[in-house]
Amino acid sequence: MCGIVGLFLKNPALRPTLGRHFETMLVGMTERGPDSAGVAVYHDPAGPGACKLTLFHEDEGYPWREMGGQLSEALDAEVEVEHKANHAVLRIEATDVPARAWLKRHHPEVHVMGYGEAMEVYKDKGLPREVAAKYGLAAMGGSHAVGHTRMATESAVTTEHSHPFTAAADMCLVHNGSLSNYNRLRRWLERQGLAFETDNDSEVAARYFAYRMAEGASLDEAMEAGLEDLDGFYTLTMGTRDGFAVLRDGIACKPAVLAETDDWVAMASEFRSLAGLPGVETAKVWEPEPAKIYTWTLKDAA
Amino acid sequence: MITVDLAETPLRELNARLHALAPDTPPGAEERRWRILNPRGQHAIAAGLTVPIEIEIDGPVGYYCAGMNKEATVTINGHCGWGLAENIMSGLVRVRGNASESAAATGRGGLVVIEGDASSRCGISMKGVDIVVGGSVGHMSAFLAQAGHLVVCGDAGDHLGDSIYEAVLYVRGKVGSLGVDCIEKEMTPEHVETLRALLARAGIEADATAFRRYGSARNLYHFNIDHADAY
Repeated sequence: MCGIVGLFLKNPALRPTLGRHFETMLVGMTERGPDSAGVAVYHDPAGPGACKLTLFHEDEGYPWREMGGQLSEALDAEVEVEHKANHAVLRIEATDVPARAWLKRHHPEVHVMGYGEAMEVYKDKGLPREVAAKYGLAAMGGSHAVGHTRMATESAVTTEHSHPFTAAADMCLVHNGSLSNYNRLRRWLERQGLAFETDNDSEVAARYFAYRMAEGASLDEAMEAGLEDLDGFYTLTMGTRDGFAVLRDGIACKPAVLAETDDWVAMASEFRSLAGLPGVETAKVWEPEPAKIYTWTLKDAA
Repeated sequence: MITVDLAETPLRELNARLHALAPDTPPGAEERRWRILNPRGQHAIAAGLTVPIEIEIDGPVGYYCAGMNKEATVTINGHCGWGLAENIMSGLVRVRGNASESAAATGRGGLVVIEGDASSRCGISMKGVDIVVGGSVGHMSAFLAQAGHLVVCGDAGDHLGDSIYEAVLYVRGKVGSLGVDCIEKEMTPEHVETLRALLARAGIEADATAFRRYGSARNLYHFNIDHADAY
């Protein structure tokens, strides 16, 4: 069992409160996932030609600033380092590709949690409330966020095995359920040249969708293909630079609730996570249909 | 009437008070009527009741609300999560909003009224409960349904009544598809009368003659090698 949540603010005036509302949603799913929790928050985008990297190292005393200085020198670009517990967010005046390549070569001990223009990813073992407090979720503003509380049924309970899984710039995926054909799908993706970091089934789903979109598919087309290719039980929520998407498998035995007002749209495994949102009493609340793709983007909201 | 605000009172405390009610609680007693505020989607609210009390819940509830209900009348002024009135034995459970999956699953008796829509697997393995849905039901509803009635005033999703036994299904709107061994049957005046009574009990207005009836073809009661393809 796991809990997943997503919040997308249509009303820009609410953006400073994203983290505060999102924290109540994440904590609302504690009983579905007390092992670990993770969030991807889309906020404070880096400018054109710049990027943000969220990095993880188990040691809270890891010399992030020193490493940031080396990276700055190597790329000949400004690097700003924000250190949060065992994570660090690097704001780099360069694109993510050379930065990630440099990290892989010089600091393989560092794990890249997420990268892109706007997305920051924090995940850790422990109760959702503890994880949210550790990384200061409540104080974060932004346009949208997705999150996950994990009760592991497949692969180990570690920070790396926690969701969200990222597989492309500003793209992440959270998953409630279990896939049954993921080993075969992983082998197929490896043959297409993709590399994997864990043995987790949800990472396979994340890389699968990223692969489809890198091949030219739109988010909707990638999800349509996923309905054919992913075998198993799933409710998925995917975050992208511009919005988020929700998909349930055709049998739909993993729960999901959607709610929408003029100001926001939210998804959660259960209503409990929506109960604290402003105006939920008058929101349109419904259950997403099986095998139907739901997407919201900043463009629609504008 | 007793009012309990779940924003202040722990759910376990409420359920413990409800479970402690004596079967002979007199009809005029204060404990016969309850109002629950701020349910906020919590699970198993008012589950396991055994006394003919009336409970009204203001707001959305989570999983297994009014599960195993016996004798009591539970009204939910909001939507509800999975497994509403699961294994209901008797009494009445009414939802004024929508119900999520597996509403009234395995129910043995009593009446469950969902004024809005019910999601998939509504009435799965029902064993005598009567279910009246004002809106539509999702896929695999009345799967393995053994006894009782399922009335759907709107549409039914795919695989309605798959592997059904002796339950009777009435649907006014479209049926996505019928499940294995479920067939349409003749709507006799007797069935119109039964349906009319069910709708009246549920307090839902609908023209009983506008419904179609579905039930078991009884081909799967015993394993028959000639039917292997049907499984």
